[in-house]
Amino acid sequence: MNRKIRVLIAKPGLDGHDRGAKVIARALRDAGMEVIYTGLRQTPEMIANAALQEDVDAIGLSILSGAHMTLVPHVLKLLKANGQTDVCVFVGGIIPEEDARALQDLGIRAVYGPGTPTTQVIEDLTRFVQQN
Amino acid sequence: MDAAEQIQKGNRLALARWLTQIENDLPQGQVLLDRLFSHSGHSAIIGITGPSGSGKSTLVNRLALELANTEDENPISIAVLAVDPSSPFSGGALLGDRVRMRDLMEHPEIFIRSLATRGVLGGLARAANEMVLALEIAGFEIILVETVGAGQSEVDIARLAHSTLVVEAPGLGDDVQAAKAGIMEIADIIVVNKADKSGADATARSLQAMLQINLELKPPRNSNQCWKVPVLKTSALNSEGIQFLKQTIHQHQDWLRASGEWQNRNQVRMKALFERLLHEKLYRKWHDNLPKFQKDQLLAAIQSQKISPYQAIRQILPD
Repeated sequence: MNRKIRVLIAKPGLDGHDRGAKVIARALRDAGMEVIYTGLRQTPEMIANAALQEDVDAIGLSILSGAHMTLVPHVLKLLKANGQTDVCVFVGGIIPEEDARALQDLGIRAVYGPGTPTTQVIEDLTRFVQQN
Repeated sequence: MDAAEQIQKGNRLALARWLTQIENDLPQGQVLLDRLFSHSGHSAIIGITGPSGSGKSTLVNRLALELANTEDENPISIAVLAVDPSSPFSGGALLGDRVRMRDLMEHPEIFIRSLATRGVLGGLARAANEMVLALEIAGFEIILVETVGAGQSEVDIARLAHSTLVVEAPGLGDDVQAAKAGIMEIADIIVVNKADKSGADATARSLQAMLQINLELKPPRNSNQCWKVPVLKTSALNSEGIQFLKQTIHQHQDWLRASGEWQNRNQVRMKALFERLLHEKLYRKWHDNLPKFQKDQLLAAIQSQKISPYQAIRQILPD
């Protein structure tokens, strides 16, 4: 069997700093995953629709604009409406600790701040997908 | 409603999951295909290939929208398969074609699926043919298949698509490059993209000249019967030439049906699929019965030059 972990990496909203997203995308690729990189200025609708069509195991949202408390819950809501409740959603970027806790209460699996080693993201993702 | 009904009724999540099952060789995926296979064969399959940097994805972005007629009362249902290479080292892949397809992503009814080659050469993904079957069964009228950035030997698309577009860009090589075997031979329509750049006219003329030589070397018996490969100019970024490209594709499809070539291409496609599946299963079944230690021993013997590679093979498979 030829199974690969498929991950969508997206930057929702108007934030234009994509270096972090690109680094994660490359790291996941080098770890043997298939990374669907959608680039900048994605709306929550575009992200949820892409996740559905690509039948991904995980979604990484990169947000450095501060708009995470609006954008992330919206994405989660759309995923639920589409019937994709078992996707692992993680967030990277500039997220204050209390917001990170709030996001995790909403169902976000992990929040990765700047400087998180890519190995950690890879380990967490691999473990999550294996458990499911 | 079971999966088969859901897929046929337009449930895109059910379709997406089926595509994953097919891609991963899961028995559920195959059983479903067995059941629904007779519903395939009604879509127009358009292949888009060409070297990296020629603007394939940007062109697909514009072309798919043009073909979809989204403003119309009866829009055409479109699916896009976009292939990118798997890393030969990690086995992973960066599937980045969606970055150029932002316009399409604003139309959720246009189905886009990214796939990695997963080790096969030839320009397509291993299970691309079967995944196109699934998309046909799901009812898409037109299926666009974008290959990896192709060099000269990635020609498998010609055994899958009804119409193959080869996309070139100015400055990627001279006349001699254009004359080499492979990718130019499979073109039904040649598109010189990035036509706003200097050198576009020269590139188009160069390709036209090469096609002219082809015609002189192999003149068709009946000139009405054959398709004369056109060279079109587009600027996908500026949305120029796309309407004319769409019309040309329609002309080609009309010609395919009128000349009987449509059926011929379908047969070629099924033959390619059949041969590949046969090879894969034969090898897998035989390989599963081969003791690993024997294979390891023989490999070690080759590496220390005790036996030749041919001798090693003959020990496993006598003549």
